[in-house]
Amino acid sequence: MAARAVLQQADIQRALTRIAHEILEQNRGTEGLVLLGIPTRGVELAERIGSLLTEFAGEPGWTCPVGSLDVTMYRDDLARNPVRSTAPTRLPAEGIDGRTVVLVDDVLYSGRTIRAALDALADHGRPAAVRLAVLVDRGHRELPIRPDYVGKNLPSAASERVNVRLTGTDGVEAVTIEDGAAE
Amino acid sequence: MKHLLSTRDLDRDAALRILDTAEDMAATQQREVKKLPTLRGRTVVNLFFEDSTRTRISFEAAAKRLSADVINFAAKGSSVSKGESLQDTAQTLEAIGADGIVIRHWASGAPAVLAASGWIASSVVNAGDGTHEHPTQALLDAFTLRRRLHGEASRGRDLDGVSVLIVGDILHSRVARSNVWLLTTLGARVTLVGPPTLLPHGIGGWPVAAVHDLDAAIADTAPDAVMMLRVQRERMNEAFFPSAREYSAGWGLTSSRFRALPERAVVMHPGPMNRGFEIASEAADSPRSTVLEQVANGVSVRMAALYLTLAGGAE
Repeated sequence: MAARAVLQQADIQRALTRIAHEILEQNRGTEGLVLLGIPTRGVELAERIGSLLTEFAGEPGWTCPVGSLDVTMYRDDLARNPVRSTAPTRLPAEGIDGRTVVLVDDVLYSGRTIRAALDALADHGRPAAVRLAVLVDRGHRELPIRPDYVGKNLPSAASERVNVRLTGTDGVEAVTIEDGAAE
Repeated sequence: MKHLLSTRDLDRDAALRILDTAEDMAATQQREVKKLPTLRGRTVVNLFFEDSTRTRISFEAAAKRLSADVINFAAKGSSVSKGESLQDTAQTLEAIGADGIVIRHWASGAPAVLAASGWIASSVVNAGDGTHEHPTQALLDAFTLRRRLHGEASRGRDLDGVSVLIVGDILHSRVARSNVWLLTTLGARVTLVGPPTLLPHGIGGWPVAAVHDLDAAIADTAPDAVMMLRVQRERMNEAFFPSAREYSAGWGLTSSRFRALPERAVVMHPGPMNRGFEIASEAADSPRSTVLEQVANGVSVRMAALYLTLAGGAE
């Protein structure tokens, strides 16, 4: 079954631009903002949103702090899958205590990755608030978790596969959906 | 990775995966909260048929940092012979609920027997078997060396072109054997140095050079690292060399040899050290000594080994 494109490169860039504006709007400025991407593609998204925030805020001397947060060792499904490779966690030098942390991931699905991220975050410090930005929300939540900023709501069947490819990670950029039963 | 039995089994990608995972584990050990929930509910048994406080404590710390339950089983003084007894012991431990067995055994090949026998379903990690292998020691040595060379940019890097001298009792050393395989797999050039009586037969098949003259080896290879092996004093009566003084003069890292090393060379030792015998204090206490880093890195590498063998489900 052929993959159907849902978002093209321009759509993705527009979505990230809107998310950056929404973050500034809700946060009433840049005070305490820290972006943490969840590897692999969340990190690239966080970096891109971070540069947009730096640009839009236009505050001399302020660069949006961006880091990565690996959640592998906090997952609840480790024993159900072949062992996963870990990825580096890199927190901005200013840390996360008392900050407003925006977690960034590519696809929000069951919510279990975000649960793991919240546990991981708690071992690094105590943010004043934690928000969630995702490029795609495809539904099927298994935990009481909701995103604050969504690039695209994408109702999907559980059997379908949503693939996010980004220029920095994959060389091409698109969000596609395909029928998983075909595989 | 179901088991970790030897470094000879590891190809470059598998070795780098362990080292890169260890980098991520090491990062967590810099935090205020060092414990991870990763192996919650899993049980690791340290099954030690030989004394080894350092290795056992390191594995115990690694398992506990990953939230596994740890049972220490010291088989010392047990009169049972290996074959059946190892089977019975292992099956008993599994009946108690072990998911992973970290085994140190005086018999070369005991961990491989345990892993291949079908007696148990647990993962097996070799913590040193006879004169065969000690894979986590070699991995922590490679990890330490890689960090000294590449620092923060270590992930994904191998040891291509790095020159390493391994000096001392090669014959009895499982550390040396594990390092020979691992370091050469990672691209390093390894030279073994020791008295003729302490270099094993059949060394010609190993991908290394072997020489007897330490001073010449230092001059010829300009090593990036010198790895001193511990000389087990209990073997000194067995006429492998005439006297401690003579050994020290020929193959010890004395102050003058230490000064003859290239400026960049690091000094490694698996511990415990015989100061003034195989290594002078000037070398052991210098900033170029990695002895304590090796101990600290041992925990991270063993966390990686336990994570990769125990965390996943069926492949």
